Amino acid sequence: MSVSSVSQDIASHLGSAPEISAAYFVAGLLGTVTFLTVMALILIYAERKVAAHFQCRLGPMRVGWHGLLQSVADALKLILKEDIVPYSADKFLHALAPVFAVVAMLLSLIAIPTSSRLALSDSNIGVLYISAVSGLGVLGILLGGWSSNNKWSLLGAMRAGAQIISYELSATLSVLVVIMLSGSLKLSAIIHSQEAGWWIWRAPGVGLLAFLLFIVSSTAEINRTPFDLAEGESELTAGFHTEYSGMRFAFFFLAEYLNLFVVSALGATLFLGGWMPFHIGNFSGFNAAMDLIPEFIWFMGKTAFLIFLSMWFRWTFPRLRVDQLMKLEWKVLMPIGFINLLLAAMMTLFGFYFFATT
Amino acid sequence: MVTVEIKTKISSLDERINAMALQGESPLGTQEYFVNMGPQHPSTHGVLRLVLKLDGETVREIIPVLGYIHRGMEKKAETLGYRQQVHLTDRLDYLCSVMNNWVVSAVVEKAAKIEINDRIQTIRTIFAELQRVQSHLLWWGVFGMDLGAFTPFLYGFRDREKITKIFEETIGARLTMNYIQPGGLMYDIHPDFVKDVKAMISYMKPMFKEYDELVSGNIIIQERLKNVGILDAQSAVALGASGPVLRASGVAHDLRKIKPYGVYEKVDFSIPIGTVGDCWDRYSVRMLEMRESLKIIEQLIDSIPEGKHLTMKPGAKIRPPAGIYYEQMETARGIFGVFLHSDGSEKPSRVHYRTPNFHNLWCLTKIAPGGRIGDLVSIISSLDVVVPDIDR
Repeated sequence: MSVSSVSQDIASHLGSAPEISAAYFVAGLLGTVTFLTVMALILIYAERKVAAHFQCRLGPMRVGWHGLLQSVADALKLILKEDIVPYSADKFLHALAPVFAVVAMLLSLIAIPTSSRLALSDSNIGVLYISAVSGLGVLGILLGGWSSNNKWSLLGAMRAGAQIISYELSATLSVLVVIMLSGSLKLSAIIHSQEAGWWIWRAPGVGLLAFLLFIVSSTAEINRTPFDLAEGESELTAGFHTEYSGMRFAFFFLAEYLNLFVVSALGATLFLGGWMPFHIGNFSGFNAAMDLIPEFIWFMGKTAFLIFLSMWFRWTFPRLRVDQLMKLEWKVLMPIGFINLLLAAMMTLFGFYFFATT
Repeated sequence: MVTVEIKTKISSLDERINAMALQGESPLGTQEYFVNMGPQHPSTHGVLRLVLKLDGETVREIIPVLGYIHRGMEKKAETLGYRQQVHLTDRLDYLCSVMNNWVVSAVVEKAAKIEINDRIQTIRTIFAELQRVQSHLLWWGVFGMDLGAFTPFLYGFRDREKITKIFEETIGARLTMNYIQPGGLMYDIHPDFVKDVKAMISYMKPMFKEYDELVSGNIIIQERLKNVGILDAQSAVALGASGPVLRASGVAHDLRKIKPYGVYEKVDFSIPIGTVGDCWDRYSVRMLEMRESLKIIEQLIDSIPEGKHLTMKPGAKIRPPAGIYYEQMETARGIFGVFLHSDGSEKPSRVHYRTPNFHNLWCLTKIAPGGRIGDLVSIISSLDVVVPDIDR
């Protein structure tokens, strides 16, 4: 998708000239980058605090009130740190890899609507665009692992490549269920289709199963425990980013947390109604009260819940072995995904779900 | 004097690696390659170096390379008097320092025929069992971390701290204890000792349920440990394995039962035995051993006999008669033995330590080939090696 088509897209939304909307687009892009950088810092802080409390400790407490500025201090440290490039590394690719990882993530967030009015680009092929662009991230990991010229890095990169490509299949299969039920690839349309109820429970069984599939396979896609084989610290020292330090390492780190945010935001959008407030049938009083909460808060709340879920099992589960990982995907998740897709297709065909419009 | 002809062929590391490289191609037609795991690697627990021949992710062969933390302990010990022997043994297997102290003290006591009373024996036994629990707790935490779960590590340390506090109260040290010396103990127990140990036991007992919920019951843990790294009883004995590694392979060998020392005859406890000899068995044996150790402490803590904590004059020189003396005991990792050769002077003319980790490590070369890198990590962890004990 080019910038001009996006700006035309926005222009059609706002009813103004493409030049003005191009300016909007650049401003929006800068806004997204800033928002995401801050978001990543917050997420790193949150993860450290969540982990600490799971482990009966306090976590960062020294920098700022309850360690609030800890991630900022860490970021500063990483910026000031010497950037070491291994002597025998492929210098160009070594520098390019972390950029790939971050840019892929930044691009994918453009398409996610954060409220009914706040969406940078509400494209017709939003879901497709996100799954395509976020798939670029694996390129960064592969390049980083290969160009470091280190066997441990290469092993980590190969693991990551195999893992991300495999798990993308079942992630896509679970997303297809929602696309089929809502009948659109456009994210705002998918959210609007959940006005009467979120897809996680509106399609009996199928929605929940798709959601669980999505959670498992997206966790694998973003290399978090129990699927963190790519950087499996106790096995591969640090996996693909063994040879990275300073700002380049920070980019990989940033990408990891942005990934987490994007995946959770997508999960919230597809299965939990995005910015749609929680409504119960005809309880108009309750529904009106729910409507008082801003849409942006709803979106962030749902995303935060999914992020917390991901952190929860990161700090509880151990890591799978590499052959078990592949077995889980190809022999368990994929067949379930296909059967689930078949059921969803039948449900869509016969309108066998709650609040069917047909 | 009998001369023994040494028939073992000694080859250098380079020769061994070259010999590995010359072996046949992999069935998939892929290229095999070498990787150094260590001496700086998160899961080799110190400075152990393993030269791995890998085929993709599959481990084909392993050569452990030692010597990165060799400190010449045995030679150093020859320059020290018999009373001073205790202090070096803290630095061998630092997680079993009290037990190591005990073995050295026992061999010196045997050599110099020093009598000790029941109070000393009981306190020594309690401390040894406390340390067994402490050591296994640390192992449990590190084991979790090696498998990729970070939380058990901190849970293990949190509960280990309770026992460390008890040590600190009486001994003043937290890791290198120097507590048991020939002829008794360095200090008498702290007045609060009995109370604190009881509080620790009542705290620890429900904790085992938590450990089982967090780690043992987890399906991923079980999948990763069951039928991985199977060590059969015969090879375990042949390789000289001891402690939980040997018992997990189904050999009921525990010096506390077979040749009781201290006050182990008086207490009622059982020794857990594995059936398959895989990582899961080694894991469960240690988990059960902790419970048994608490049982032993519980039986002893109320009935510590009265008496002196040191039966000989603190500054007295020890001169055992010339001869060869050997004593061995069951530490948390297996059999630790001390060999002393005395020529009748103030210093031993030869000291040798038979350390459990050295022998347990070589089981790795037998059981790890054929598994993945992930399996290798869990096998190293399940053998529970402490590297300074291997190198000495």
